[in-house]
Amino acid sequence: MFDNLTEKFDRAFKVLKGQGQITEVNVAETLKEVRRALLDADVNYKIAKDFTNDIKEKALGRDVLTAVKPGQLLVKITQEELTALMGGQHEEINLTGNPAVILMSGLQGSGKTTFSGKLANYLKNKKGKKPLLAACDVYRPAAIDQLHVVGDQIGVEVFSDKDDKDPVSISTRAIQHAKSNGFNVVIIDTAGRLAVDEQMMNEIAAVKTAISPSETLFVVDAMTGQDAVNTAKAFNERLDFDGVVLTKLDGDTRGGAAISVKSVVNKPIKFIGTGEKMEAMDLFYPERMADRILGMGDVVSLVERAQENYDEEKAKKLQRKIAKNEFNFDDFLDQIQQIKKMGNVKDLMGMIPGMGKAVKNLDIDDDAFKGIEAIIRSMTPQERENHKIINGSRRKRIARGSGSEVQDVNRLIKQFEETRKVMQLMSNKKNMASLMSQMGGMKGMPKF
Amino acid sequence: MGIFNFFSRDKKEKLDEGLEKTKTGIFSKLTKAVAGKSKVDDDVLDSLEEILITADVGVNTTLKIIERIEARVARDKYLGTEELNTLLKEEIAGLLEENNSGTATEFTLPEGQRPHVIMVVGVNGVGKTTTIGKLAYQFKKAGKSVVLGASDTFRAAAVDQLRIWSERAGVPIVDQGMGADPASVAFDTLQSAVRQNADVVLIDTAGRLHNKVNLMNELSKIRRVMDKVVPGAPHEVLLVLDGSTGQNAIEQARQFTKATEVTAMALTKIDGTAKGGVVIGISDEFKIPVKYIGVGEGAEHLQVFNKFEFVDSLFSKEKV
Repeated sequence: MFDNLTEKFDRAFKVLKGQGQITEVNVAETLKEVRRALLDADVNYKIAKDFTNDIKEKALGRDVLTAVKPGQLLVKITQEELTALMGGQHEEINLTGNPAVILMSGLQGSGKTTFSGKLANYLKNKKGKKPLLAACDVYRPAAIDQLHVVGDQIGVEVFSDKDDKDPVSISTRAIQHAKSNGFNVVIIDTAGRLAVDEQMMNEIAAVKTAISPSETLFVVDAMTGQDAVNTAKAFNERLDFDGVVLTKLDGDTRGGAAISVKSVVNKPIKFIGTGEKMEAMDLFYPERMADRILGMGDVVSLVERAQENYDEEKAKKLQRKIAKNEFNFDDFLDQIQQIKKMGNVKDLMGMIPGMGKAVKNLDIDDDAFKGIEAIIRSMTPQERENHKIINGSRRKRIARGSGSEVQDVNRLIKQFEETRKVMQLMSNKKNMASLMSQMGGMKGMPKF
Repeated sequence: MGIFNFFSRDKKEKLDEGLEKTKTGIFSKLTKAVAGKSKVDDDVLDSLEEILITADVGVNTTLKIIERIEARVARDKYLGTEELNTLLKEEIAGLLEENNSGTATEFTLPEGQRPHVIMVVGVNGVGKTTTIGKLAYQFKKAGKSVVLGASDTFRAAAVDQLRIWSERAGVPIVDQGMGADPASVAFDTLQSAVRQNADVVLIDTAGRLHNKVNLMNELSKIRRVMDKVVPGAPHEVLLVLDGSTGQNAIEQARQFTKATEVTAMALTKIDGTAKGGVVIGISDEFKIPVKYIGVGEGAEHLQVFNKFEFVDSLFSKEKV
């Protein structure tokens, strides 16, 4: 996510490396690169211009006061400014009202139906709500069927009526249905529409007036170009929406639309879509996203997601085991299960600072652990407990049992031994510093 | 203008409606930029940069266009508004690949093997299924026999959506329902088309982000399987691009070309405020022509792309 922009910045800031002072001249060169990076990232032309001017002002002003390297200073300022642009603090979705009504809006193909499903799934599983989906796209062929398929996948009821061609009537009836059947959230999926389509814009405005939703969301494709500004503005003028959903961020788009939309309508980006699975969504955190843009990774997100799936009891036990160097293949297998529970592996790796670039061109899917799991599962309990007893003939047997080669088994055992060593080193805080110095991969991280 | 004769009147109007909404903005901006000036100076080139970038043309292509114009200005020293406009159109049209079907006849098929197989690819939500529906309608109208293949077996209700289009256009569809192997559906479709002596086959595929290697490999596989039934198939691989997509479209073109040897592009949803300028750079870099444009949701809202009209509409004066 945002990796390309990060790369651009990496390059832009490299120009400044090794120069001790910010001058009008060297800052201009870097800023030109920054501006170009932003434009390549589809940030709106005017916004990119204002943004770089802002940074310039701040960089020149601070130059006198601080003695840090120009590159570092610019990274810091750029990060601050990006965060500010994308909108301060994280804002929650408004679920007041019984039922709370959420209206989805956006262009064709932005991902409204998929996101409606994700949101319903999120509200059901994480917020303990009982959501109802309402199918108000009466135009696109099979749009109603699509919402039904999504609803079935996540076990959420879908209100629809193929004979009713009036979205106002369907949505009001859906809310009525929710009231009498104990649903406390209604998510209204609507047809995609262009902002210049007067008739369609009138229609969605009429839906909004009729149902007065607690939350109106504008769904926008993260790959959108310069037009993001126009569309967001037009939808906002008609609907005065409450928040933005940025979809398809699992692509390699630079995602400048996030910056454009936020700054032009001044509405918070509340959610992001990160894949085709119903779980593939996240809240939007401007600061983390800004960090990510600058290649600082999204450690906080990673930690939070880990916590959600973390069994504290188990963790303590594991820590003790690691300290005593008793970490075995059973624990290893357990760890793999934990990681798998956290979601898409590539996503997770992308959040680790410095890893963004490394995983960009890798295709890691959830099957990445399959081979490893198969090998471990072909070991006897004794072997898993104590890997040292795994001799040549045992290795042959394990390879046969797991459908792999002896070399694969050898490699896994070797990796496992190395992991054990590192883990033990890490468990001892005194060793942390020496470990960090060993990990050359972290060099790219900016330090303040 | 002779060029416009290629388009029926209502189509021209529809395109104008779509293109002119904001693209006239470009012209008025440009006029403002050169108003009262007799030659192109830096200010004008700056405005031009803004105009092109705001149209999603992208930094690289914009610089390329500007460099060419600067070279011309340096040579000719003197350039008025009219000249600048002509020059610009020339330069931009020069970057767009020649579309071999950009002749008078619309929705024709190249001579040669039947069935002519067109595989349609693209990222999620760009309008692949809709474009196929419109193409089916147009080919049918042109007297061709069409078979649709529902190889998007992944997205919820995608098969249903294509089925509705097949009914609208009155053409047969081959599907194995949701969750089926897309390559197997394509195989079946081609076999059925051969049996029926069909003229054209349109294969729908699931939307996929171009950075998902496994999904891209799947496309290559679908391609290979088709070649077994009809040697040389697919004869065309049509990459559908959303007109509102920004610079990421370049990467889409690169990756889809790598996986499936894209032969043409369709630019959709340009009846809104989006300008679709990114296709200029793509066409230039990958030597792929834009073949169709989508300008609405109806079956008739698909047109054969004409680069002169596209560029001309970028700079055409506002309708009074």
